[in-house]
Amino acid sequence: MRCSRFIIVMCAVLAVSSPRLQTSETGNAEPFALDIPPEILPPIIPDDNPMTAEKVSLGRKLYFDKRLSADNTVSCATCHDPRLGFADGKAVAEGIGGQKGARNSPTTLNAGFYDFQFWDGRSVTLEDQAKQPLINPVEMGMPSHDAVVEKVKGSEDYPDLFEKAFGTREITIDHIAMAIAAFERTLITLDSPFDRFIAGDNNAISESAKRGWDLFNGKGRCNTCHGYVESYPFFTDNKFHNVGVGAKNRQFDELARRAEHESDVAKVSHETGASELGRFLVTKGRPDIGAFKTSGLRDIALTAPYMHDGSEPTLESVIEFYNRGGETNPFLDGGIRPLELTDEEVGDLVGFLNTLTGSHIDRLKEEFAGDME
Amino acid sequence: MERVSRRDFFRLSGIAGAMGLVHWIRPASSPLGIVSLAHASGSQLTFAYVSDSHLLVRKGYDKEHRFTRALKKAVTDVNSMSPQPEFVLFGGDLAQLGLKEELDLGKGILSELKPKLYMMVGEHDWYHDMGEAWKGLFGEDRYSFDRKGIHFVVLNSVIVEDYWTGSKMTPMERMLFMAQLDNPRGNPFTVGPEGREWLKSDLAKVSKDTPVVVFSHSPLYKYYKRWNFWTDDAAEVQALLSPFANVTVIHGHTHQALVNRIGSITFYGMLSTAWPWPYAPEGLPELTRQMDRADPFNQFDGCGWGEAAFSQQGEADKVYNLWDREPMAVFYKDVKAGAIPGQPDRLHSGSSY
Repeated sequence: MRCSRFIIVMCAVLAVSSPRLQTSETGNAEPFALDIPPEILPPIIPDDNPMTAEKVSLGRKLYFDKRLSADNTVSCATCHDPRLGFADGKAVAEGIGGQKGARNSPTTLNAGFYDFQFWDGRSVTLEDQAKQPLINPVEMGMPSHDAVVEKVKGSEDYPDLFEKAFGTREITIDHIAMAIAAFERTLITLDSPFDRFIAGDNNAISESAKRGWDLFNGKGRCNTCHGYVESYPFFTDNKFHNVGVGAKNRQFDELARRAEHESDVAKVSHETGASELGRFLVTKGRPDIGAFKTSGLRDIALTAPYMHDGSEPTLESVIEFYNRGGETNPFLDGGIRPLELTDEEVGDLVGFLNTLTGSHIDRLKEEFAGDME
Repeated sequence: MERVSRRDFFRLSGIAGAMGLVHWIRPASSPLGIVSLAHASGSQLTFAYVSDSHLLVRKGYDKEHRFTRALKKAVTDVNSMSPQPEFVLFGGDLAQLGLKEELDLGKGILSELKPKLYMMVGEHDWYHDMGEAWKGLFGEDRYSFDRKGIHFVVLNSVIVEDYWTGSKMTPMERMLFMAQLDNPRGNPFTVGPEGREWLKSDLAKVSKDTPVVVFSHSPLYKYYKRWNFWTDDAAEVQALLSPFANVTVIHGHTHQALVNRIGSITFYGMLSTAWPWPYAPEGLPELTRQMDRADPFNQFDGCGWGEAAFSQQGEADKVYNLWDREPMAVFYKDVKAGAIPGQPDRLHSGSSY
């Protein structure tokens, strides 16, 4: 582990010394610095999309703009709503015409710090992620990216803003995505009661929450996947694990075995319930059958219900799920086992998770209240 | 607990993401398992193995031990093979302490296997009562059989010179002594003179161009003596096998992927369902593609079961079905050519790395 400290230090050095605030492609736009404590690894920002104030404000406008959907009723903020922890409080997302998807909407908060976006991790950048709901028929339902661009071009307000942000009035889908991503990168919450406790304030969290933190790193085995590192305090290992959520549906086992043996994945991907195969549909790797991304835990109290299909209504039910040893299936992750937590211990873990909410959430809600109109 | 964020790894290596990493250990033509091997080598016969389950039964403790869960997982996996294998070999060390209740538990679990089952003994099965319970449950410790033109031999290769009578050890003391990994004062495994005599007369009936497969618990070569990854009369046993055109030794005990070739004999180690051993500090056969270090939180990492596919000439390809990792395939043609494997792309174990 000595090696890891070296890597972390090297990254910090590289991050500080790298020209992150350059203004390529943005003419004389103002550089924009993210407000991150120095001991925390900054998010990876693509070289071709450095942060500027103009991009952030353009991205904010786009994020809340319902005109980006086919019937002008759904924006990014519909499913990633500042008033609901930047999620939507629903089990699965509902797009245009009330159509339901298969996935629980993840929070935009701190998403810039993750290695992957979507529950199956098919996007590596926020830019790539932003493009997909636009043309998903059950989400924003636009027929194509070109159609999105045409709509944005057609509005009076955007061309000026794009010129300020990207130095050109020629609007492209990439620029739309880059602006949205730049805005999303500013949605950071790092000042929860737990953070203050770690920094040395023993009164920041309750005794129950402190016991919960010990359980988190001990009997609960949570840190196996939701590990906490001071320089990367997001409670995710950025890996994918089968904990059995999809196996609650009894047809999963049979479909999973077929996926294991089928050399042509396309055949399996169109079966009913195939989306429960998760990461496997992206990598075609056997260890990924039924595996989904380890979600981060910051602000988790705000984003019920839980799991990739929203099947767990409360934090307590999530912990009870893990306490049972998840749901048995042939590809259950080897780290999952029954935990034998008592009711009190479950309560302590919930108490701990409730301390991960950023202290300025209310301020964020207020700030974006106007955008939600 | 500190973990290196993989973000660090990616940032330093300049990779923006993990998409599209091609896993070199996978056969290029098709992603998974024995089906691809069977078609690729036009195989004559395929079999599966499950090995080294080391079952423990704790009195007054009715919850299933994780080793029990692992063995059941292997059985379910073998039963879901498509197509089904010709037979299943159990590679030894069914029990951990050679107790009747452990062997009974193991027999019950393995009875769920659909294909025909052949059993082989390991030292953990034998040294509590010198094989009495084992023989009662499973029959003779050495035997042979023929399938589809291939001659299969099952050996007892964990014969150890008596050190317990003189020192007046109780059966359990003897068993616990044998159960250690580090065995500096113990005696090494052998097939023994009786075993070699038996093997010689068994092979006398087999023509030299018949493919021969030898199942052995210990490696039948000399890898690392301190851990008893070693068969002391390996040279004599190999001499009995070398007149044959194509010999494959499949062995247990080492709980890791191992590949070796000596003369015309190919040696493949089997995985354990219970736990992986690290690689020994010396003596590792250089044809071995090493498994990466196991994740201590994940009871299945570095464990699993396997399959082998034989051509008509007895050339054997092998698949290591590592749980929670990509399957690892080893091809006869590479072993025969002496191709030294490079480092795996993936430096980390566990799903989706």
